[in-house]
Amino acid sequence: MEQAVHEKLRDSSKRSKHSVWREYKKYRGLLLLLLPGIVFYSVFHYAPLYGIQLAFKEFRIMDGIAGSPWVGFKHFNTMFFVSNQFGTILKNTLIISFLHIVFGFPAPIVLALLFNEIRLKVFKRVTQSISYLPHFLSWIILAGLLTTILSPSTGIVNQLIASLGFEPIYFLGDPNYFRFTLVVSGIWKEIGWGTIIYLAALASVDPHLYEAAVVDGANRWRQTLSITIPCLLPVISIMLLLRIGGILDAGFDQILNLYNPAVLKVSDILDTYVYRVGIGQFQYGLTTAVGLFKNVVGFMMILFANYAIKKMGQEGLF
Amino acid sequence: MLHMTAGEKVFQFFLILFITLMSVAMLYPFIHLLSVSLSTPAEAIRPGLHVYPLEFSLEAYNKTFASSQIWIGFKNTIFRTVAGTFLALFMMALTAYPLSKKYLPHRSFYTLFIVFTMFFSGGLIPSYLLIKGIGLINSVWVYVIPVMIQTFSLLVMRNFFMEIPSELEDSAKMDGAGDFRILLSIILPLSKPIMATVGLWQAVNHWNAWFDGMLYIQDPSKMVLQMFLRKLIVSGEEQEMNAIMNQAPGVEIVTPETIKAATLMVATLPILIVYPFIQKYFVKGIMVGSLKG
Repeated sequence: MEQAVHEKLRDSSKRSKHSVWREYKKYRGLLLLLLPGIVFYSVFHYAPLYGIQLAFKEFRIMDGIAGSPWVGFKHFNTMFFVSNQFGTILKNTLIISFLHIVFGFPAPIVLALLFNEIRLKVFKRVTQSISYLPHFLSWIILAGLLTTILSPSTGIVNQLIASLGFEPIYFLGDPNYFRFTLVVSGIWKEIGWGTIIYLAALASVDPHLYEAAVVDGANRWRQTLSITIPCLLPVISIMLLLRIGGILDAGFDQILNLYNPAVLKVSDILDTYVYRVGIGQFQYGLTTAVGLFKNVVGFMMILFANYAIKKMGQEGLF
Repeated sequence: MLHMTAGEKVFQFFLILFITLMSVAMLYPFIHLLSVSLSTPAEAIRPGLHVYPLEFSLEAYNKTFASSQIWIGFKNTIFRTVAGTFLALFMMALTAYPLSKKYLPHRSFYTLFIVFTMFFSGGLIPSYLLIKGIGLINSVWVYVIPVMIQTFSLLVMRNFFMEIPSELEDSAKMDGAGDFRILLSIILPLSKPIMATVGLWQAVNHWNAWFDGMLYIQDPSKMVLQMFLRKLIVSGEEQEMNAIMNQAPGVEIVTPETIKAATLMVATLPILIVYPFIQKYFVKGIMVGSLKG
């Protein structure tokens, strides 16, 4: 009896191996097309994972990644217990990201609702296009624009402030204002582009709902509260969860092009630290450890976001 | 507009006023910069609004275009934009097509293999050491090869391919056409809209990219425009600025303000000019871009 079962199992496993081989043979043309892509991902996305071991090593250029000596959790010990730099950059990352979420996340939702109320079709289309524009320019160009517009002596914003009788503000050089500048300039760049996904959701709301509400005597404000916003809620929650999943990304491109020594202590985030100290000062081991911390926590946050989205009954990311 | 109550009319008025102000806030910085770039040095630092130059001068552009570095930057930026976009479209179509077939053996494994890289990576230092290890440092190919496939764009393309009815391929298969032939002669001609969208995403990314240049390129003859702008404007390197200001002495003088404005405009204008024509493709792409597992 037992033997028969064993034989059957062996037989079936042989058959399945055989059939996989047959499948690969049958679709070899298709698999051949896939091969360059798989090689690309192996080299540029998986091979760097090998370098993660540097987080537990003291990197010596002469010895390379494999030959450098192991130091265990030394870098993590430095990060968490010895140096207080890591605490500062983690705090900055979380604060800046949190400010971006609190003020930057609702902004495109509000703008999308406003766009949706405009009755003049041409005006709506033109202003929408204008609002997407800053999204298409790099932070280097926008940094150039901002330093001109926000200059304490000649910038138009400070001239406005001065004409109202206040002291000029060093938006890019005063630690008290720098994070505020980051959040506002971030909103300015992305608010228009961010409306697209909400406008798409608004376009798919069943018009019958509004007709029924009009019959019931609901005004536009009432319709927005009782129909539009509930219809947007699933999209809003998914976008919010994804944003929270990426909480350790506080805007590397933006900060690297706007920060300066005067505001370093309020604006140095995980990514800028890894770049400056890792690439600039060759501290590969320590900054690989910082990068690993960010990637592991970030990955867990995304898994959590995906779980939460599925829990809500929506289609997850994977 | 006709059948509105008084309250709705007032609301529409304030709504349009608010959106107009917002549009002005979006556009003004660009108008300001354009105006400053066309101004004499004295006009450039005049307090107040700059909508058009009160004292006109082209000298900043003369100096900017006389600088060899800006032309080198343009050449390298155009190289990476053109070569990078076409190579990316080719590689992504090649990879997306097999993944769009339900009968591809181990399809879900290969998909996960690719999607996983969106959420976990080695980090900056390991990637840097890899690029160094494979000898792409100071090579213009570093602009193009490591970003040949963008996972999000790849998935958008795959989703589009999945919607193409398989019957269209069957007759070609009967005639003995291979998978590559089918991709080139049947799938790609049907995929022009998605190719336009993804191609434009890649092109804008390449035009604006700077960080890879900053990490991997030291040779000034291989620098892209954005990198040059960064040196001039963000890091404020005087050597670069003086190189522009001191050449081809003209009659009129220039100041760093007008030079900065002119170089910024030179890098921005190409995008501003094509933007009205291409922006609808970007928006369409976002709509198609819903991820399906």
